[in-house]
Amino acid sequence: MPSVASSATRLFNGFFEWFGSLGIFSWQVLRAAVTPPYEWRELIRQLDEVGSKSLPLVAMAGAAIGVIISLEARYSLSRFGAKSMFPATLVYSVIQVMGPVITGLVVSGRVGAGMGAELASMKVTEQIDAIEASAINPYRLLAATRILACILMLPLLTLATDACALLTGWFAQALVEPLSFHQFIESGFSGATFNAFLPQTFKTTVYGLIIGLIACFQGMRTRGGAAGVGRAATNSVVLASLFLILADVVLVKFILVFFP
Amino acid sequence: MATAYDITTKQAEPEQEGSVPVVVVENLHKTFGRHKVLNGISLGVSRGETLAVLGRSGTGKSVLLRLIIGLDTPDSGSVCIQGQAIAGLALDRMGEIRKKMGFLFQQAALYDSLTVAGNVGFPLEHHRRDMSKSERSERVRQLLAEVGMENDLEMMPSDISGGMQKRVGLARALALEPEILLLDEPTAGLDPISSGEIDDLILKLQSERQMASIVVTHDLHSAKTIAGRLALLNEGDVVIEGTFEDLQQSDIGFVKEFLQQS
Repeated sequence: MPSVASSATRLFNGFFEWFGSLGIFSWQVLRAAVTPPYEWRELIRQLDEVGSKSLPLVAMAGAAIGVIISLEARYSLSRFGAKSMFPATLVYSVIQVMGPVITGLVVSGRVGAGMGAELASMKVTEQIDAIEASAINPYRLLAATRILACILMLPLLTLATDACALLTGWFAQALVEPLSFHQFIESGFSGATFNAFLPQTFKTTVYGLIIGLIACFQGMRTRGGAAGVGRAATNSVVLASLFLILADVVLVKFILVFFP
Repeated sequence: MATAYDITTKQAEPEQEGSVPVVVVENLHKTFGRHKVLNGISLGVSRGETLAVLGRSGTGKSVLLRLIIGLDTPDSGSVCIQGQAIAGLALDRMGEIRKKMGFLFQQAALYDSLTVAGNVGFPLEHHRRDMSKSERSERVRQLLAEVGMENDLEMMPSDISGGMQKRVGLARALALEPEILLLDEPTAGLDPISSGEIDDLILKLQSERQMASIVVTHDLHSAKTIAGRLALLNEGDVVIEGTFEDLQQSDIGFVKEFLQQS
């Protein structure tokens, strides 16, 4: 049917057009980011916006995840008579899997939506045009600073998530069975190498790149008033979360190959 | 039809070098989707001269200004600023040219997260890093005093009226002491008294600074007051260009109709 064919062609074109525009946008941001003048003050403001203001949220998410893993792990390990493995199970689950992903998704929700909506609102009210008309490169001032802040802050926020998850995971276990925190940490990290934890934490810089890039891209290409702002915020969160999970598949494989 | 550069303005006589146009637009075409907005428009403005671009809504007046400052790209044709063609310039190179230009947006486009003083000081913070903080503050105060807003430095844009926002936008446009001023509907949506005040302000700034100005408006009274030369647009091209008297004496049907309806 011609209508189905034309719809498919439109969808196909739209798909490639989106990636093409994203590529051009990324190149403009990269070029702006590496050439002076550098927007240090805006970068510091964004580090605060992404980092400090996301901290309570990721801490709470981490705390909840710690309790959940603790409860699930205790039940599962008891069934197989492997309760002594509890500290290591919790530590590895949190640091290698749940901590980075949960941090990425929480930041994607808070920061991605915020950035997408803020930039979209600036776009539809011509504030971004006003910045450009004032001879200021908006890719440098608005996009590069936000993306860099996401890249720098995600690993630190992940550490905070991990710490909270381990703390509440231990606490939940200690309420049921006596287990000192020292004992828990010593047992959990015994035999662990840097390769087991560092790549998993630093892979979140890629999450930061995805969240910042998608949010800035969606925000700065917005059209269509209030509805456009809403769409940009939604798309920022949805696409950033989706790409983050897809990227994780590749990153996990990459880490397993290069940091066995 | 009067030519682009030989018409005497009603303001202070442009200086000798003013005879050389600093903004030259040649054969500009711009289409959005299937809608042809500009259809081969050509214009020029010299130093110390104000050109008012008139026309019905949707005839591409604002698009023309956006093309001149490089916020949009023409389909064909050229824009030259002080002899430099802006087509294909990188953003940072274009920035150097934009430093010589001030732009007042139709809705003022003030940064809603900054105060009035923050808005006016924004270009200075980025381009006049040689100035100390106190020098910048003093300059911001002076600029706001010029537009009669010196008592509202700490107000937020959302807390001031449309006319006040236009004044702040104008102060921001003047912050880098531009040689070219582009004003998009400076009196749109304002009451007659506020419109008159904005017109007086533009005239005062023009006589003091001798900038090359292009004012987009559909307010014929305002255009007559502030501009020495008027260009009337219809269907993406200039129908007539000249003094207000030239327009009055024109036999072109559209010109007559426009003057009657205004």
